[in-house]
This record gives sequence, C-alpha cells and structure tokens, in this order.
Amino acid sequence: MNKIIELKGVSKSFDGEVVLDHIDLDIYDNEFLTLLGPSGCGKTTTLRIIGGFETADEGDLIFMSENINDLPPYKRNINTVFQRYALFPHLNVYENIAFPLREKRESKAEIDRKVKEMLKLVALSGFENRSVTSLSGGQQQRVAIARALVSNPKVLLLDEPLAALDLKLRKDMQQELKKIQKATGITFVFVTHDQEEALSMSDTVVVMADGRIQQIGTPIDIYNEPTNAFVADFIGESNIVDGIMLEDKKVSFSGHVFDCVDSGFKKREAVDVVVRPEDVDIVSEEKGMLKGVVTSVTFLGVHYEIIVDINGFKWMIQTTDFVDVDEHIGLYIEPDAIHIMHKSQYSGMFGDYSSFSNELDELSDVETEIEE
Amino acid sequence: MKSNNSISKRNDLVRKLALAPYSVWAVLFIVVPLLFVAYYAFTDNDFNFTFDNVARFFTATTSVFDKQGMPKEVHTYLVIFMRSLRLAAISTLICLLLGYPLAYIISRAGAKTQKVIITLIMIPMWMNFLIRTYAWMTILQDSGIINRILGHLGISPIHIIGTEAAVIIGMVYDYFPYMVLPIYSIMAKMDNKLIEAARDLGCNSAGVLRRVIWPLSLPGVISGITMVLIPSISTFYISQKLGYGKFYLIGDAIEGQYAANNLHFAAAIAFILMVILLAAMVLMQRYADKKTCA
Repeated sequence: MNKIIELKGVSKSFDGEVVLDHIDLDIYDNEFLTLLGPSGCGKTTTLRIIGGFETADEGDLIFMSENINDLPPYKRNINTVFQRYALFPHLNVYENIAFPLREKRESKAEIDRKVKEMLKLVALSGFENRSVTSLSGGQQQRVAIARALVSNPKVLLLDEPLAALDLKLRKDMQQELKKIQKATGITFVFVTHDQEEALSMSDTVVVMADGRIQQIGTPIDIYNEPTNAFVADFIGESNIVDGIMLEDKKVSFSGHVFDCVDSGFKKREAVDVVVRPEDVDIVSEEKGMLKGVVTSVTFLGVHYEIIVDINGFKWMIQTTDFVDVDEHIGLYIEPDAIHIMHKSQYSGMFGDYSSFSNELDELSDVETEIEE
Repeated sequence: MKSNNSISKRNDLVRKLALAPYSVWAVLFIVVPLLFVAYYAFTDNDFNFTFDNVARFFTATTSVFDKQGMPKEVHTYLVIFMRSLRLAAISTLICLLLGYPLAYIISRAGAKTQKVIITLIMIPMWMNFLIRTYAWMTILQDSGIINRILGHLGISPIHIIGTEAAVIIGMVYDYFPYMVLPIYSIMAKMDNKLIEAARDLGCNSAGVLRRVIWPLSLPGVISGITMVLIPSISTFYISQKLGYGKFYLIGDAIEGQYAANNLHFAAAIAFILMVILLAAMVLMQRYADKKTCA
C-alpha cells in the first residue's frame, strides 16, 4: 500500500493553547481511516490542516510525496464533507453537485453525465431540481457526499458527517459510506467521537486525546490491545486496575496472581491491567479467583450489566447468568482475557465503576461537540 | 382542545391589540397621505376628476438651445426625470462599488473591529442632513478645504462646487450608510463554512466571490440599491446647495410646483415618480428571488 498523506511533527496552537502536539500520521491509499477522540482532542484540527483550512505552526504535510503546507484548499485534490453539510442554499441539488465541475469548465455533457452518476451512487436520482433547503438531513448529507466526490478527489475528508442524524439513519449511512468508499476506492479520513462508529466502519482507527495520537491500529487491535488506560476506557467498557508484573506471563492484581499472555515487562513493573466486562466468568464464591459482592444489576436485553465490589474497587461485568444484588460471587478470568499496559499519564483516571450510572453515561453521549 | 382554542383566540386578540397602535399610525400617516397624493394628482383646482396633471408631466415642453445654438423643443419633465435618474444611478453605482467591498471586509473582521467600523459609518447619520450638506459646501468651494490643500501642494485649484460631480459627491456621502448596512448585515450572517466549501471545491478567491458570496448577498445588494436610489432620485436639497441649483431635479420640480401653489401638479409628479419606483422595486425583487432561490 502506498502512503498518500503523511503528517510529520505537525503542531498547532490557538491563542497559546496547544491543540496539536507533534502529530505523526501516515494515511494509505484506499483506506478508511478514522480519527477518534473526545471533543477538544485535536481531531477536527488535524482534518482542517489536511483540507487546507488551517496551517500547521510546525511540521510538514506531505500529499503524494509533495509538501503541500502552503497549498490553498482549491489546489488540493482533497475534498471535504462538512459537519453541517455547507450546501449552497442558492443552488439546487444538481447545481450543488455540478459546482466543482463548472469551476473546471467541463463540457455540459460531461457535467451531466457525472452529476447523474453521482446522484445514482448516493441514491438521489430524480432529485436534480429540488431545492437543497427542502431536503431532509439524510438527503442533504448525500448531496454533500456527491458534491465532494464528483470531481474524483484522491482523499475525502468527513468531519463528523453523521452527528446530526438520528440513530437509525446514522446506522444506515455508516453502511452506505463504507459501501461508497469500497466502490470508489477513494481514501476516506473520517472524524468522529463515537467509538462504535469508528470500530464498525474503519480499516484504521487513530485514537487521539489532548492533541496527541494515543494509538493507531485496526479496530480489533485497538479494542483488544489498547496501549494505555485512556484508549482502553474510550473504546468500549473496561475494568482497569493497578497490577504488578511478577515475571513474564504472571501478573498480580486485586490480591491474586493471574496467568496472562503478555510478556516483555520489567520484573515487578507497576502496570495497568485491563479486563473487558464480557471476558469475566461468574462462578461460585469458593471457586472464584476474586470474590466480591454484587451492588447493582441492570437488564440490557442481550445480557445483564452488573457491578461487583471487590475490595472496594467496582468492576463491571456483562453476563447472561442472573445474579441478585448483595449476592456473594466469585470471578474467573482466562489468561487471554487479561491485557497488560504500561503506566501512562492516564493511569488511575479511568476504569473504576464506583460512580457508574447508565443514565449519566447516556447523558454524556448526547452531548454533541462543536470544535472550532 | 376547547381550552387550547380559547387560548389561541385570546392570543389572537392580544396580538391584534398590540398591533393596534401601529395600525392606526400606519393608516393615519402612510395610507391616508398616499390617498391624498393620488386624489390631488387626478383632480383639478375645483377637485373635478382629470388626467390633465398626469398628461402635463409627459407632454409639457420647453424651448432650449442645442449645442449648435439652435432652438429646439424638449419634454420638460421627462428631461428632468431622466437627469434625476442618471445622477441617482451614478451615485447608487458609486455607493455599491465602494460599499460592497467595505461591507465584505467589515463582515470578515473581528467582532470588535466590526462594531467600531459600523459605528464610524453610522456617526454621520446622527448629524442633521442639512448640516452635512452645508459642510460639503465649505469643503468643495473654490476657496474650500480641498482647494486650499491643493494650493499648499502647488497644484492648481479644481472647480467642483456647482458641477454634477459635487451633487454626486453629496449624494454618495449622504446615502452611503444605507448601502453598506444592509449588505453588511447579510454578509455577517453568511455561514463561513459555505466559503470554505467553495474553496474546497476548487474556487480561488475570485471564484468564491462570484459563485457564492455575490449570489448570497444579492438580497442585501437589492435593498441597498433601493435605499440609495429612491432617496437620491427624489432629493432636491443636495442639488440646490452643491449644484448651485444648476441641475434641476425631479425633487426640485415637485418642490417648485408646491411652492408655486400648484398642489395638483406637484401631486401628479410625486404620484408618477412613486409608480415608476414601485415598478422598479418589484422588478428588482423578482430578479433577486429568482437568483437566490433556485
């Protein structure tokens, strides 16, 4: 695979506040890459630098082996789908999509052919003469995608394009975007704060926080092998506890010595241990490696989500077995369910469910971010 | 349902009551005077119905000398009207050419700068229009400020006062804010993302201006043109003071007839002017609607 875009040591500050701190990132041809992170992590700024709407204070932006630091957006073979679509209200659907072609002064027949083809791709044939302001959010979204793709860019940048859609439509558009990306073979760089969206659509996920890249990998790598407590917590649910690496494949935490599959740590190194809630088996108290008391049980349809107090540390466990509040249970954890991480600046900040509440979680999910 | 209905009925009543003072005002001071103008325009001194006043506007002639010194007959009021239209059109065009870029620059500046510049543009409007015109007389006079500065620089003085140029300068100065403000208010509301989208899709700065900013700002341009063209077409004071009365405009004609107690003919001129301006405004609005709502 060929590198199509390289960011080398890219930094950016706004009013003295560091937004990007020496970012290094390679983006390959044909891949669906997602920049994932909470609001203010710098993902949108990264996208805007690639698009040419911001200039990096430091570092280089390489596009097809050429430095394009100072190339204005209209000279870049990179197009953007904006967060709120930014369709031209004075033009109809056809003219919105034809916009970049008219700028290139292509022939009428050529424009007509390409616009029709794009309308078909985004399933909007027959909408040519409609005013864009009369379209639904999902339809506007499709017009924005068609308009960005019609001039056949090498890279398409998508800035939280699905954030304004309702859940059902968002799921459909995720599938559709993936399909369009496969069909056109264009590199997609997608920005989102929704980890599920990132995992389900991407070839490569780039997790960002505090202006730095925390991890780059496939969705499966990111989920199974998070590099630090931030990534482990941000992607899915995790119990993150302090542990001591006794030797290769032996780790001690919560007062018990576990077999694990990780090695290469120093002897007696303090580490963060991640155990996913779905990887914990519930057994009787005497057979358990760890013992605890159930403090809450929530029925979620497919499984129960229970919180277990183990020596004052609250674990989240997802199970299909029914247990009751105040029941004493034992926990059994397979060696390959234990993932060991080096300590980082994020150690101790995440992974404890003592203040956990479903309602709170949902509330924070609803918050939509506007990064400027 | 029932209570909903009564609430909405009550709201209706409240709205009507709230609007009442304005409605009375509008009828008393806008509709009734307009009806009077029309009534006077189509009646003679004894208030009998007649088309004579309106016809006079189109048929009255005056003898003038052409460039060769030969006498010829011209349609008095049509010539005056065309002269007014020409000066007003030139002033409006200058206002647009100066005001449009300025409005754009202001709308892209920081919030604080925007406030300062808008205030600076509006400050002259706080001063009386007559005083502003007098100020321009002293500036443009043969021994005025401009010529004194030119004299200090060793440049021979220029004669402006009493020329068409002076009248146009006066009009541009007086009506300039009415061009800038509506265009600025449209541009300030324009979504910056649209400009970014245009740049993203291959437009350089000129392309962005031509294909996005200009068409989206048209409603502001139309209202700016309307707000400058209409008062400048009917002005009489500026031309009397800065043009030394040499450029008899349609406003002067109305004022002259009024002063001479020809109320019916003055009303007829005013009525015709109103109809023409109304037609022009409707046409412009149509054009703007077509352009902005594809």
